[in-house]
Amino acid sequence: REEERGMSERGGIGGADLFGYVGIESVLDQMRRKTVKAGFEFNIMVVGQSGLGKSTLVNTLFKSKVSRKSCTPNYEEKISKTVRLHAVSHVIEEKGVKMKLTVIDTPGFGDQINNQNCWEPIVKYVNEQYEKYLREELNVNRKRRIPDSRVHCCIYFLPASGHSLRPIDVEFMKRLGKIVSIVPVIAKADTLTLEERQEFKERIRQDLEANGIHVYPQRELDEDPEDRILNDRIRDSIPFAVVGTDKEHQVNGHKVLGRKTKWGIIEVENVAHCEFANLRDLLIRSHLQDLKDVAHNVHYETYRVRRLNESNMNLSELVLSSWPLQNKMDKCETESHL
Amino acid sequence: MAATDVDVFSNEEKRNLSLGGHVGFDSLPDQLVSKSVTQGFCFNILCVGETGIGKSTLMNTLFNTMFENEEASHYQNGVYLRPRTYDLQESSVHLKLTIVDTVGFGDQINKDESYKPIVDYIDTQFENYLQEELKIKRSLFNYHDTRIHICLYFIAPTGHSLKSLDLVTMKKLDSKVNIIPIIAKADTISKSELHKFKIKIMSELVSNGVQIYQFPTDDEAVSEINSSMNAHLPFAVVGSVEEVKVGNKTVRARQYPWGVVQVENESHCDFVKLREMLIRVNMEDLREQTHARHYELYRRCKLEEMGFKDTDPDSQPISLQETYEAKRKEFLGDLQRKEEEMRQMFVNKVKETEAELKEKEKELHDKFEHLKRIHQEEKRKVEEKRRDLEEELNTFNRRKMAAETQSLSQPLKKDKDKKN
Repeated sequence: REEERGMSERGGIGGADLFGYVGIESVLDQMRRKTVKAGFEFNIMVVGQSGLGKSTLVNTLFKSKVSRKSCTPNYEEKISKTVRLHAVSHVIEEKGVKMKLTVIDTPGFGDQINNQNCWEPIVKYVNEQYEKYLREELNVNRKRRIPDSRVHCCIYFLPASGHSLRPIDVEFMKRLGKIVSIVPVIAKADTLTLEERQEFKERIRQDLEANGIHVYPQRELDEDPEDRILNDRIRDSIPFAVVGTDKEHQVNGHKVLGRKTKWGIIEVENVAHCEFANLRDLLIRSHLQDLKDVAHNVHYETYRVRRLNESNMNLSELVLSSWPLQNKMDKCETESHL
Repeated sequence: MAATDVDVFSNEEKRNLSLGGHVGFDSLPDQLVSKSVTQGFCFNILCVGETGIGKSTLMNTLFNTMFENEEASHYQNGVYLRPRTYDLQESSVHLKLTIVDTVGFGDQINKDESYKPIVDYIDTQFENYLQEELKIKRSLFNYHDTRIHICLYFIAPTGHSLKSLDLVTMKKLDSKVNIIPIIAKADTISKSELHKFKIKIMSELVSNGVQIYQFPTDDEAVSEINSSMNAHLPFAVVGSVEEVKVGNKTVRARQYPWGVVQVENESHCDFVKLREMLIRVNMEDLREQTHARHYELYRRCKLEEMGFKDTDPDSQPISLQETYEAKRKEFLGDLQRKEEEMRQMFVNKVKETEAELKEKEKELHDKFEHLKRIHQEEKRKVEEKRRDLEEELNTFNRRKMAAETQSLSQPLKKDKDKKN
């Protein structure tokens, strides 16, 4: 193996040079092997009024019958009186990579005549998952791998009205944008022409900014100029106008996913027709790990800080006070403050 | 008691779904790996062994570089640990390598306490991590992890057996850190002696219950090579940064009058095996074991020591918060008591000092009175004397007057007397 790589890798060290190949970079392979073996978890929440195509979109995203609703024939959706949250988990595998995908549905959201506070059960659910994780993390006997049920991403469905954000949209995104990464999408976008779509998106972006709503990818989380450029490009195109389907049709000799209408076939994965492919690429192919990292390093930590401050718990002080070597020194300090 | 494994994929309530096409999450491991690359990696090696046994040379040989190092003296008072951090880079991977040297190990006449600084250092690194983890506002992903991932224990090539210092030290360390024992300066032992030596060492370790690091065999990709390496422990290594021409190649070797010992020749020594295991195959596993096993054990013991439990005597789960509140009350109660005690002490001291001061005041007052009296006495005496003097003066003046008047009326008498 060494002969193959040759002695041509030169590295840098603070002060000296590596005189030949050491093999440090194989740690990447080691890490890859371990993570593949351990598998991944991803929890995605879909929020929007009934009939906007949430289940269909999730099925299209993951190319499988994740949500049984849209596939059961003659399924009559009962409008529920309150917002219920419904989490379903599946294990999917692709090229040896296993993922436990959990989709959290929110039937009843925005469906009532009076939708006051309909976001509360959702906020409660998100915080409950953080709380569950926090408790596990604080246990004395911890599991090797803490089960992660925290919501990594929340897709918010905007109806394609063509006008602007509605009050319920603003209220929801304002509150949830603080505790979870929101990805807004324009649902059933095949009712908008390209110009209407552009105008609508522009207005939505203005509304979001006017209301101080930060959606994913959040500007303040950009790490370096490269990130910023990449994320600016994404921010300039959200919300994505999507169309979902699980039906296939023949177009130009190929089988494509599409919706057949009398005036043509809307190809879901064609970026000239709708932005589904962009959404899929963002969510799954490039930013999935980043969504999880933001949920863990930013949203969860924010929750944790708030929670620990509430109960006035400063554990590290307590640990510090019992450490034998420093014990005497610190006790003297606290006494002198008396 | 190891942390319980949770296999997230074995829960019955989940269904396995088949995908109708390429979704794209197979790029997840790549996404994860590229994030780690931007963050960089940490790796911390602890070298335990006598002075002069070849620790620094081996590190130089392993990482193909010259870390600055002066030779250590043999006259240290005790054992102390010297950590040095270096930033290495190979292609796109940044490694923050910390090498901790034990200076003075094995040099003292009394080696009873030799293992203590090592154990303390390892515990301190765990403690620092625990502190960071328990902070309210913390930044774990930015944290420079200084926990020791691997301890290379250098065994002197005596050819007989382990020294008692080695056994004691390794026994103290085996529950805190991954240990790989290596035989240093292996070019002083012949092949047959080496074989016997290795067997002796391993049997001594087993019979004394020392847990050394086992290369993991659960991953099919590496289980074969790892299990074969497990059989070659302890690795007999030779280190050298000098290059010698052998045939038409230049290799790292040690040149003797009777031959050349090549470092990277597997029939000469086990250096290649060590490098393979340590860096190219198991670096990530070492880091994982340190975090998931040794650190968790430390954390569990520490929290239990402080009185935190997961369940109370009735097996009801107690939240950390409740325990914390209880502890805090206790601590504050203690504090208050101490405060009271100190206040009492202070009050008593004040009383004492007051009493003393009063005494002194009284004394002073008495003295003053006494002096006053003396002064008055003196004054009186002086007055008397003055009166006496005045009287005398008066008497004298009167007599003088009398004498004068007498002399006036009899002036000639005197002269007559004189003439006569």
